Amino acid sequence: MADPVTMTINGREIQAAPGTLVIEAARKNGIEIPSFCYYEGYSLQAACRMCLVEVEKAPKLMVACTLPVAPGMVVHTESQKVKDARKYTLEFLLTNHPLDCPVCDKGGECELQDMVFRYGAGESRFTEEKLHVQEQQWSPVVFYDGPRCILCFRCVRACNEGMGVGALGVVNRGSVSLIAPNHGDHLECDECGQCIDICPVGALTSGTYRYQTRPWEMEHTGTICTHCSNGCKTTLGVRNDKIIRGNNRDRSGINGEFLCVKGRYAFDFYDHPERLQSPMIRVNGKLEPVSWSKALKHVAEKFSEIKARNGKFGVIGSNHTTNEENFYLQKFVRQGLGSNNIDHKRTGDVVTLIDALSGTTGTLATTADLYEGKTFLILGADLAIEQPFLSFQIRASMRHHAAKVFVVTSKEVREDAYAKKSIRKAAGSEIEALEELREALAAESDLVIVFGSSVKGEAVRKLVAFGESLGKPVKYCALVDYSNSRGAVDMGLMAELHPGYHPSETPGMTLPEMLADETLDALWVINENPLEAAGLASDKAFVVVQDLFLTETAQRADVVLPSASAYEKNGTVTNVCGEIQRLQKAVTVMGTKPDLEIIGLIAKEMGLAPAMGPWVSETVYGEIRRSVKGYDIALPLVAMAAQQTAPVNGRVNVADKSALIQGAHETLFTSGTLGRYSKVLNSVIEKRAGMSLAAQEESHV
Amino acid sequence: MYNQPHPLEVKVLTRRFGLPNSRSIDTYMANDGYTGLKKALEMTPEQIVDYVKLSGLRGRGGAGFPTGLKWSFVPRTSPKPKYIMVNADESEPGTCKDRLLIENDPHQVIEGAMIAGLAINAEQGYIYIRGEYRYLIELMDKAIEEAYAKGVLGENVMGTGKRFHFATHSGAGAYECGEESALLESFEGKRGNPRIRPPFPAVAGVYQSPTILNNVETYSAVAPIFQQGAEYFCGLGSPKNGGTRLFCVSGHVERPGVYELPMGTNLLKIIHEVAGGVRGGKKLKAVIPGGSSCPVLKADECDINMDFDSLAAAKSMLGSGGIVVMDEDTCIVKAALRIMRFYAHESCGWCIPCREGTTWLRKLLQRFHDGMGTRSDIVLIGDLSKNMLGRTFCPLGDAAAMPTIAFVEKFRDEFEAHLDGKPCPKENISRLVAA
Amino acid sequence: MTFSPALEARFEKFLAKYPADRKRSALIPMLIYAQDEVGSITDELIQELARRTGTTPMQVTEVVGFYSMLQRKPMGKYHVQICTNISCLLRGGDELWEQACKKTGLGHKQVAADGSFSLEEVECMGACSWAPAMQVNYDFYHGVTPKQLDVLLDSLAAGKKPEEIAEVKKVSC
Ligand SMILES: Cc1cc2nc3c(=O)[nH]c(=O)nc-3n(C[C@H](O)[C@H](O)[C@H](O)COP(=O)(O)O)c2cc1C
Ligand code: SF4
Ligand code: FES
Repeated sequence: MADPVTMTINGREIQAAPGTLVIEAARKNGIEIPSFCYYEGYSLQAACRMCLVEVEKAPKLMVACTLPVAPGMVVHTESQKVKDARKYTLEFLLTNHPLDCPVCDKGGECELQDMVFRYGAGESRFTEEKLHVQEQQWSPVVFYDGPRCILCFRCVRACNEGMGVGALGVVNRGSVSLIAPNHGDHLECDECGQCIDICPVGALTSGTYRYQTRPWEMEHTGTICTHCSNGCKTTLGVRNDKIIRGNNRDRSGINGEFLCVKGRYAFDFYDHPERLQSPMIRVNGKLEPVSWSKALKHVAEKFSEIKARNGKFGVIGSNHTTNEENFYLQKFVRQGLGSNNIDHKRTGDVVTLIDALSGTTGTLATTADLYEGKTFLILGADLAIEQPFLSFQIRASMRHHAAKVFVVTSKEVREDAYAKKSIRKAAGSEIEALEELREALAAESDLVIVFGSSVKGEAVRKLVAFGESLGKPVKYCALVDYSNSRGAVDMGLMAELHPGYHPSETPGMTLPEMLADETLDALWVINENPLEAAGLASDKAFVVVQDLFLTETAQRADVVLPSASAYEKNGTVTNVCGEIQRLQKAVTVMGTKPDLEIIGLIAKEMGLAPAMGPWVSETVYGEIRRSVKGYDIALPLVAMAAQQTAPVNGRVNVADKSALIQGAHETLFTSGTLGRYSKVLNSVIEKRAGMSLAAQEESHV
Repeated sequence: MYNQPHPLEVKVLTRRFGLPNSRSIDTYMANDGYTGLKKALEMTPEQIVDYVKLSGLRGRGGAGFPTGLKWSFVPRTSPKPKYIMVNADESEPGTCKDRLLIENDPHQVIEGAMIAGLAINAEQGYIYIRGEYRYLIELMDKAIEEAYAKGVLGENVMGTGKRFHFATHSGAGAYECGEESALLESFEGKRGNPRIRPPFPAVAGVYQSPTILNNVETYSAVAPIFQQGAEYFCGLGSPKNGGTRLFCVSGHVERPGVYELPMGTNLLKIIHEVAGGVRGGKKLKAVIPGGSSCPVLKADECDINMDFDSLAAAKSMLGSGGIVVMDEDTCIVKAALRIMRFYAHESCGWCIPCREGTTWLRKLLQRFHDGMGTRSDIVLIGDLSKNMLGRTFCPLGDAAAMPTIAFVEKFRDEFEAHLDGKPCPKENISRLVAA
Repeated sequence: MTFSPALEARFEKFLAKYPADRKRSALIPMLIYAQDEVGSITDELIQELARRTGTTPMQVTEVVGFYSMLQRKPMGKYHVQICTNISCLLRGGDELWEQACKKTGLGHKQVAADGSFSLEEVECMGACSWAPAMQVNYDFYHGVTPKQLDVLLDSLAAGKKPEEIAEVKKVSC
């Protein structure tokens, strides 16, 4: 790297890499230069003129957001001249601003309000008539209030550059310019809400949050989104034990401020009216509410009885429960119930990948690698739709590092728009395209390969062999689908694998085997809905279901235990890239219990508590640290930031069970059972269905 | 030409105007046409640039930047293709000369652009013509066709094996697209918002490639410089303000029109001798010397040589050569208002000071002119203009602020005469619809 | 969407002017010529030109909103544009405008019920030395008096072609 440049800002000598913008150099040194239009990571605008600074020897004030540092440059960011300029810029800005702060959602968090507070211009000399424009609703979640808009173009850039969607634009010219949605009066987009969040003022507001609260009345809990496997941090704003919004203005997680529609809005399933809040036992064929103690006792008695007669258990764990819950569950099943019949819905071939990587130079990719990398190969995945944050990372790398993207999928994907090359191959035969790409990939200095669930078993081995043959260390990511799918594999919710990829000496029944076994005595399902699509062969099986809702599976249950969602408990989850992060409880839902506690209480009722140990998340985590390879990371570190679980490096000697893997292909607007109970997701889906119906009608005319 | 030529004119760029079929390639070639190109074809790029420098030619689009110097900024070793762009967006109020140059002598423009192409090894040029000039686009297309047919343009320029292509491009109504970087954005099929500069077009112009961008009149001057000699051209004006200039005289004169005169011709001479004096024997009140962006001159400031440096010394500008003459009956407030209406309408909306400042000033001046102004408004008008000055994204903000500041400072008495509910004292029509 | 063969040929010419990967450059010329044929910039036209220039309809919509000659609603058969900017103003541009309003009963950007005329008060059109100036569609008229305006509008309304009107000469070819 070139030598740093030495310059002076406000009398302080600072150093910055050549090419650094003055606004960034100042901020890195704790000197805040205000900006509306400048936004780290997005293209430069120099439109708002708030960042004007005085540069000695320059004839006029300079724009800090586009001015690169230069040796010996002397900058003043708060001289009287600068302050005046800012004040007058604000005065201009306020001429067409409605000043309706008391009713504006942004009040208290508004960058314009802050600036006026700092630089004055509160009393305006403007006595002319203001421009009026009606507020518009663009989608179930996006509202636009034109007069409040200061035209900083952040939203447009977040949508174009960040999301690659380009649903927002600028229409008209001059002072009547407005932001507009892509379909006349409404938006057709990812509904990610980034535009709302990034808006410095209250011009874009959220359909779910607007007029709900004043920002200072909320408490904020940083936790992890419970939908897809990407593991975005989401900061939940809570008031009176109600979650009011999700965002990431502090950018403290792996995802910075990124959130997709699910992370930002789809927490709302948690207080759906159909949420289960009392245990139920089947009496005369009907599920009747009972007390927790009665329900737990009943389960314990039945489990003890089946165990005593050496009956057959089948246990299906979850893609959403915490590592602690998963670990404790498999331990209880294996040691407490004496069964290896434990599994979960498998969504990606992590196991073969880890085995195949053994002894190679390849490693697992982190979410940061998906930004730092300069070459990407995407196989069999509609990334923008199914793995929103990962695709966001790759787009950012495109913008900032001119990353090259290669795509092999069965159908068109959004990445095609900027891919160096896109190849169409039927799902399952993606690796046939590898040789065609060899030359192009070999020429690059690095490579990150991301592959979906259709690449599994032998295909994964061939892929790794191909990567190895390129003569450079390649990074891989086997895509999985839900918030703790990866943790479920790591924690051994697998018939053939114990935690940490230790092969089981006596592999148990897999999920489909359990369902198909006519002699099964008990089926215990934790936050999973296997009977949605399949039948249960055994009529006699005693079925226990822990869930948030009365799912198809819960409807077949003999005992239903209402569990707490991810937003209602502590623990850890591991994302698609193997990064472990911490869940923090934001709210309590009356009548429910975290799954860890439920499992622990069942163990206690069965008299197995001493053997199982306490069902306290932190204690269980301690055990995970000791017994799961790669997880020996102190909890405070996890609490601070996502930590990469050092992936195991060694053979995983188990029979190939990749046939069981099935991608869930959740879209931006679906999320299994949880999605069905999200008002926001449903309203978006309905709106789109309505729109496409209208479009159909139009095309008939 | 839509006005009679004047004997005092020194016809260099306009010398073929009025010839039968003046715009045809045959007439052009029969009258020195493309001999400048021939000469340039035998020169190295460095020699061409130096020759233009020698001519003392300065940009005719508004800023008066030395043309040869601008051409020398193009990184000739860049591996990217290079481009020539002709700015025919002509929309500065008071300016109507580029139109005549294209209409009467399109080949002169092509020749100038081709010489510029040789100076940087560009093989493609475009002329961005404002959409309102539809007939000129068609006319230029015809000229281009002729030049291809004659082997002037194309894969083998005049048999030299060099390549040069040239094409028209239509605008669609936006003053801002005359600003060079906004023009480039517009050319690429986008909104006409200006670009962050640097980099300047010389380095990153058309398609982010090195580009020479000049005004129609500038290119039109290049051709005669090579046909008749740089020294000759320079000698018509002064070393730093070489050549002649097309002055567009409009407003309250007896013979408004476009006249080609040596750089540095005295303004009063232009008004009184060339343009026949103030209409109806009225007294001269004020002159906007170079298009609406240029600060106004009071009658007693008009004894001035019309070149870039003299006007800069008088704190105004030669601009695009649009001389707008106002007689004693003119309401300055109304003039200021009309000009501000223009800038508010044309502000692209990109940056806050220009977008909001021009709109505020328009409203304020309207109210003021309608007789509802207060004394503090006069201060405010000046203040707001100063708050825009030097702080906007592109010079449009300055173009709106500078004349306004001058109007208020130089004609404060006229503003005061509008106070106390008095309607415009000069005219009974005070209608000026809000844009 | 289908266009006349002449317009299709023009489009082809436009697209050939720019490098193959720069089709977007043809967008604004295509828009303005298409508007002449279609009458205004319709949603359908936006979709079509987006497709042909490799842009999104949103990008085209953004562009359309920027340029004052691009109209989302059809203007009259004769779109009468009168300049009232400074040079024209000094020579009676606003009287001319008032006369046009009075004569047609229309205001800025209004279209007659029968679609015959529309009015627009426009910015400087590059005819300052021959003020006051106006354009009807793409034809320029210089030094127009209110009386001449009346004659011009009457003649056009009577079905005369611009070149047949002896009293008011259009100046451009
Ligand atoms: C708001 C604005 C409008 C402009 N309009 C024009 C124009 O219509 N024609 C023109 O040639 N230059 C115009 N210019 C100047 C151009 O930016 C540029 O300086 C010029 O075309 C360069 O050519 P020249 O060096 O030959 O003068 C304008 C500048 C600004 C700031
Ligand atoms: S990308 Fe996945 S983890 Fe991130 S917010 Fe969306 S659903 Fe949640
Ligand atoms: S932050 Fe620099 S101009 Fe907006």
